[in-house]
Amino acid sequence: MSASSVSSAVGGTGGGAALAPPRTQWKGRIGILGLIVAEISLFAVFVVAYLFYIGKSVNGPYPAEVLELPVVGTVCLLSSSLSVALGAGALKRGHVGLSGIWLLATVALGATFLAGTAKEWYRLIYSHGLTIGTNLFGTTFYPLVGLHASHVIIGLFMLGLCSVLAWAGALRSVHGERVEIVSWYWHFVDAVWVVVFTVVYVIGR
Amino acid sequence: MSVLTPTMTSPEAAGARRALLERLHDWVVTVDHKRLGIMYVVAGFGFLVIAGAEATMMRVQLAWPGLHVVSPETFNRLFTMHGTTMVFLFGIPVVFGFGNYLVPLMIGARDLAFPRLNAFGFWAFLFGGLLLHFSVIGGDGLYGAGSAPAVGWFAYAPLTGRAFTPGNATDYWNLSILVTGIGTIATAVNLVTTTLTMRGPGMTLGRLPIFVWVMLTVSAMTLVILPPLSAAQIMLLLDRYLGAHFFDTQAGGSAVMWQHFFWFFGHPEVYVLMLPGFGFVSEIIPVFSRKVIFGYATIVAATVSIGAVSLSVWAHHMFAVGMGAPLNSFFALSTMLIAVPTGIKIFNWLATMYGGSLRFETPMLFCCAFLFQFLCAGLTGVMLGVAPFNWQLTDTYFVVAHFHFVLVGSLLFTIFAAIYYWFPKVTGRMLSERLGRWHFWLLVIGFNMTFITMHGQGVLGMPRRIYTYQADRGWEIWNLVTTLGVPLQIVAVLLFVVNVIVSLRSGQRAGDDPWDAWTLEWATTSPPPPYNFETVPVTTSRRPLWDLKHPDDPDGPHE
Repeated sequence: MSASSVSSAVGGTGGGAALAPPRTQWKGRIGILGLIVAEISLFAVFVVAYLFYIGKSVNGPYPAEVLELPVVGTVCLLSSSLSVALGAGALKRGHVGLSGIWLLATVALGATFLAGTAKEWYRLIYSHGLTIGTNLFGTTFYPLVGLHASHVIIGLFMLGLCSVLAWAGALRSVHGERVEIVSWYWHFVDAVWVVVFTVVYVIGR
Repeated sequence: MSVLTPTMTSPEAAGARRALLERLHDWVVTVDHKRLGIMYVVAGFGFLVIAGAEATMMRVQLAWPGLHVVSPETFNRLFTMHGTTMVFLFGIPVVFGFGNYLVPLMIGARDLAFPRLNAFGFWAFLFGGLLLHFSVIGGDGLYGAGSAPAVGWFAYAPLTGRAFTPGNATDYWNLSILVTGIGTIATAVNLVTTTLTMRGPGMTLGRLPIFVWVMLTVSAMTLVILPPLSAAQIMLLLDRYLGAHFFDTQAGGSAVMWQHFFWFFGHPEVYVLMLPGFGFVSEIIPVFSRKVIFGYATIVAATVSIGAVSLSVWAHHMFAVGMGAPLNSFFALSTMLIAVPTGIKIFNWLATMYGGSLRFETPMLFCCAFLFQFLCAGLTGVMLGVAPFNWQLTDTYFVVAHFHFVLVGSLLFTIFAAIYYWFPKVTGRMLSERLGRWHFWLLVIGFNMTFITMHGQGVLGMPRRIYTYQADRGWEIWNLVTTLGVPLQIVAVLLFVVNVIVSLRSGQRAGDDPWDAWTLEWATTSPPPPYNFETVPVTTSRRPLWDLKHPDDPDGPHE
């Protein structure tokens, strides 16, 4: 509201000059989009490496023998996109407590996903002897899934911080944009998982 | 010490020391885009001197057949450090330093969108640069082999494998460039956001100065091309430390994949460096021709198309790898395609000068030399884009000559033009015109002596990266002339340093707008105050300052 009134005031004094409205309220969103573009580029290289090395391992274990579909984790992670959107939306409307609940739910869902990954890695390492140095499958699998998992961890840290602040009453609806920016990052992490899932568990198996 | 100080020194001296410390402290903790921009450029020039000294040692070694000035191992380290330093620690920081300083001023903003992120970007770059150079004393590692990295600035696999480069030298290369890369990505995010969201009143995208368009383009490119290098470096790190096999051919990995990842960064990187050079020229030539830039929209379109097409030319560095005819043809054609928007720009600059009242002051002199030298660089670039020609001359001095015409003959010359042009704004003092002319002519003559002759060695078949050669190859006289050009360039750069120091102390006062220019940075004081503008001027055309100076004849109706 205040932004639009400022812009009309400036427009009034400009004497017919074509004045653009202030766009500074977009800088957080543009900034996170820039980061997301860079991250897409980062992930793309690991995805390309994974695709290129499918079937090129000179020894086992091979993906078809050891990989299982991470159904529970995937469902949790994808549905956490919904809960984080609800959390960010609730904060914007001023429902701080509700927002805290949704953000906490998001953290729980993300943590469940991470636990699934941990379990999978434990099984691969101790039951099947697959490490990063075993073969090209291990070489490409752990960095790709691990890079995504590290992004989940960063997201969980930020979401956890947001929900703690919400519960402590420090989060207010003026912070809506910041939580929304965190939620955009989280949506990105989810979208990357769709790609990783397709490449590793569908195409690569 | 603190107890002794009051009795040992006079209060004035203590006060002066405290003032110096406070000033240093101000620079270290600053988040001001102007100070960070200055620090980028100064640090970049520090690294230029180091890399220049390395180049000089190589040229002395190659001046005559059979010399043994440095050992073969040292020679490998010299060309590795020279290339890495020039690209990552001179080119990128200087270009982004100028972007840092100029973009907010040119668009009428008070700072970048994220000032603290900006400071982070600078310190990450500086830390990376120091880390790389620490390798000279710290790179021995467990195996006692190597000091500075010796794998080339491209660090091809499998040479970077543990088997071939034990010790830590390669890891210094890897980690330091990874760190500077993170800093550069942060700065690129910052510049994109600033340009899109912080523009002053009336500064529409269609009125942005060309330099700002250029920085927007190269920052967007950086977001796409630098993370792949970081990814490849993470893979290399995993290969070297955790026994992964990304580039390990013994376990089925691919060494060629490193080349693809590296050049997917490496070639667009050349445009990330060179486009800002075009930006400098597009700002300077109009002012010194007293005409508006010819074909603003065309230059902007050409800039963006160069940015886009540059993402699909990388494998022209790999014609000799054996990619097969379809890929070779694709990359040969895309390489020639990118010459089209580049050529358009040359005609734009010439058309801007045509019929103008030209003022040949030092910035303009550097721009004129740039036009000739960049034309040569572009033409040899198209020649090397022809795959069969490339097979003949790949990895020869012809290639070295080509890219030095780009990075020295074009980029360095435009950077000097930019420094002579914007130094008055940054410091409030003019650089000496007389020393500037000496600097210019010595550099032109020295540069061309060194690098025109390199084409000759290349066509005669002299390979790159060899440490010495036999006397019967017919390369002696070429190499001698190449090396003889070096002292001239050293003297030129020394004169420049002298010019900067003398002018800082006693240069003529510049005033706000010494060149009678048209972009917003000249609308504020020299040097600008920390907040840049008291009131941000309203932009009504592509030459906002012209409109302010000539309210009776504004540009708007003519655009």
